[in-house]
Amino acid sequence: MAKYDTPMLDELENGPWPSFISGFKRLRDDHPDKRINATADSLLGQLEHSYETRKGYWKGGTISVFGYGSGIIPRFSEVGKAFPESKEFHTVRVQPPAGNHYTTGMLRELANSWEKYGSGLVTFHGQTGNIMFIGVDSEKTQHFFDDINEYGWDLGGAGPCVRTGMSCVGASRCEQSCLDEQKVHRTLQNNFTDDVHRPALPYKFKFKVSGCGNDCQNAIERSDFAVIGTWRDDMKVNQEAFKAYLGTKGKQYIIDNVTTRCPTQALSINDDDTLAVDNRNCVRCMHCLNVLPKALSPGDDKGATICVGGKRTLKIGDLMGTVIVPFTKFETEEDYERITELAEEIIDFWAENGLEHERCGEMVERIGLANFLEGIDVPVDPNMVNNPRQSSYVRMDTWDEEAEKWFERKAEAANS
Amino acid sequence: MSDAPRPPIESGCPDGFQYMHPMMRKHYGNWDYHEDPQPGVLKHVTKSGEALYTVKAGTQRILDVYTLRLLCDIGDEFADGHVHFTIRSNIEYMLSDESRVQPLIDKLESHGFVVGGTRNSVAMISHTQGWLHCDIPGTDASGVVKSMMDELIGEFKNWNMPNRVHLTTSCCQINCGGQGDIAINVQHTKPPKINHDLVANVCERPSVVARCPVAAIRPAMVDGKPSLEVDEKKCICCGACFPPCPPMQINDAEHSKLAIWVGGNHSNARSKPTFQKLVAAGIPNNPPRWPEATAIVKKILNVYKEDAKDWERINDWVERIGWPRFFELTELPFTKFHIDNWRGARNSLNASAHIRF
Repeated sequence: MAKYDTPMLDELENGPWPSFISGFKRLRDDHPDKRINATADSLLGQLEHSYETRKGYWKGGTISVFGYGSGIIPRFSEVGKAFPESKEFHTVRVQPPAGNHYTTGMLRELANSWEKYGSGLVTFHGQTGNIMFIGVDSEKTQHFFDDINEYGWDLGGAGPCVRTGMSCVGASRCEQSCLDEQKVHRTLQNNFTDDVHRPALPYKFKFKVSGCGNDCQNAIERSDFAVIGTWRDDMKVNQEAFKAYLGTKGKQYIIDNVTTRCPTQALSINDDDTLAVDNRNCVRCMHCLNVLPKALSPGDDKGATICVGGKRTLKIGDLMGTVIVPFTKFETEEDYERITELAEEIIDFWAENGLEHERCGEMVERIGLANFLEGIDVPVDPNMVNNPRQSSYVRMDTWDEEAEKWFERKAEAANS
Repeated sequence: MSDAPRPPIESGCPDGFQYMHPMMRKHYGNWDYHEDPQPGVLKHVTKSGEALYTVKAGTQRILDVYTLRLLCDIGDEFADGHVHFTIRSNIEYMLSDESRVQPLIDKLESHGFVVGGTRNSVAMISHTQGWLHCDIPGTDASGVVKSMMDELIGEFKNWNMPNRVHLTTSCCQINCGGQGDIAINVQHTKPPKINHDLVANVCERPSVVARCPVAAIRPAMVDGKPSLEVDEKKCICCGACFPPCPPMQINDAEHSKLAIWVGGNHSNARSKPTFQKLVAAGIPNNPPRWPEATAIVKKILNVYKEDAKDWERINDWVERIGWPRFFELTELPFTKFHIDNWRGARNSLNASAHIRF
């Protein structure tokens, strides 16, 4: 018998989209464990109270598991007297497998553990990418973690630390993939496990990996260290498949939707109905490959572009990541090591120079990209800017030295 | 000794291969192309010519264990016991047998799950926790999304849009929901009300002062107690002071409104990734169904559907037709608040004679 009426939430059981409220009510009414019934009832009561008063009633606190300083989002109710069975309702953030693949067997095992200790509510996944086990009290948090940690699951980040990373489905299913996304994800992420569990950085730091410029993981805008798959040789054109598209879609459609949409006018249709590609001016934006997946594919010389400093609004406004590495291979173990070391360099420099609660991108904004590059020992590259400086108010005493560096780097590249 | 704390196993991010569908594991990095046989279904073909079918379904996102087990039962029956979750929390089932695709769709739909969300559809709204679990929310998330998806379900299940449409919601101005083709976000309209009795005990005052993006907060003695004060003329009502100092009450049943932003796009396809821009504000935060916000979203979607060309995302479309036309077609008011005054604002001004008539 429900203790709390929920007239407003009941409205959310109407309509065709699956209702989370119906799920909460199943836990309240049907679950064999009385603790879960009471928790769900109390939670529904507090949520209804929020709907009535248009206010939230959770506050944070300090909850962790033994040995870690992070990974639990503590929630204590401000109206716990009225809704006592859900007055402690913490979220356990758990790192998903790279690529978000699961067996049903493993999901059931997680559900069984969660049911023993928690509310029975879970999300795959939160906006940072964690499995969110929503609703466990302070005492059972440790037990639940111990249980799932034994069979392969570890906490994600929360607070000023390296956060949980994300990678797209990539090579496991997608023909556009230019990377071993899962390996890049795990190599980078798991190098910083200590920084995930023990918050000691200025603020959060996120890795995200997308296998191509479509950036399905929103990496450039939502991560401090974005790895975006790309290639540097020619894209592959299957001219027979292209002609087949011309036949089925019509030439006008291909002109209007493919060639004229190319941002660098790198595509044109030859008189014999083959496709001409100006590969030196192609920016690997992915549009034409998206429209004509059977005819066009990435080249063979694959790798990644790395952008640093993307973030959401707090506090200076949204920032996209900036190109720091125009192209790197991810082929040999040395490639992986080199990029992991770069990530270490960046995090160390930021830990040293970032202000409290300042994201890496905000620090770059404050000190300037050139100073940041000097700090992490990465040479400047014209791929890092949309355009060179417009303002003439700048000191350039060391112009000759800087120009010499450019020529030296060019000579080195030519010799290697 | 048995009471000694158990040291954690710091295993980090698990290997995805152990859970991956066997066909995905076998053909890792060896895919040739894909087709879209029908809404909600993808057909990926390997270089050796084998096909893998994916059926994508929307759920309530916050899953109770019953729903999770039901989704697992369906996975056991149709998809060899493997599933994949997308970044927008849809569940995906992989099948090698084409003849099982329609029975799987029927099964999912018989349990109320919604098959769709591929190609040029309106995708599942990416959202956060809201009143259910966040400590700083101005509104709910799951309820807004449920209400909106009830109205947009036809667009999730079909391919009516010029290109894909990503919707997001955020319950405060930090905007955890992220960039969207259309974003529905809380916008506070009044400075925080300060509970001076609590500030000294709850807040680390210097870090609250430092958190303010416009330096509107300063330490002050109020009724003999150390507290904070806000220069209300400077305050931009962003709520950034609230997370480190809950006595800075920013949420308000009346004055926390919703705003709608359009044109955020993470993809590099055609143009570089773009941020969303403000189009509408002052929308009531109206549980349990938020009809006013949904009506504006539907209006924008209808105009986009009518006016945009194939493959144009909302940002591409507005870039082509211009913002004056956007406001004309959507019949939304253009106000002084649409003119940016934050850093970099000058780049958003039209310094040209480019005018459409």
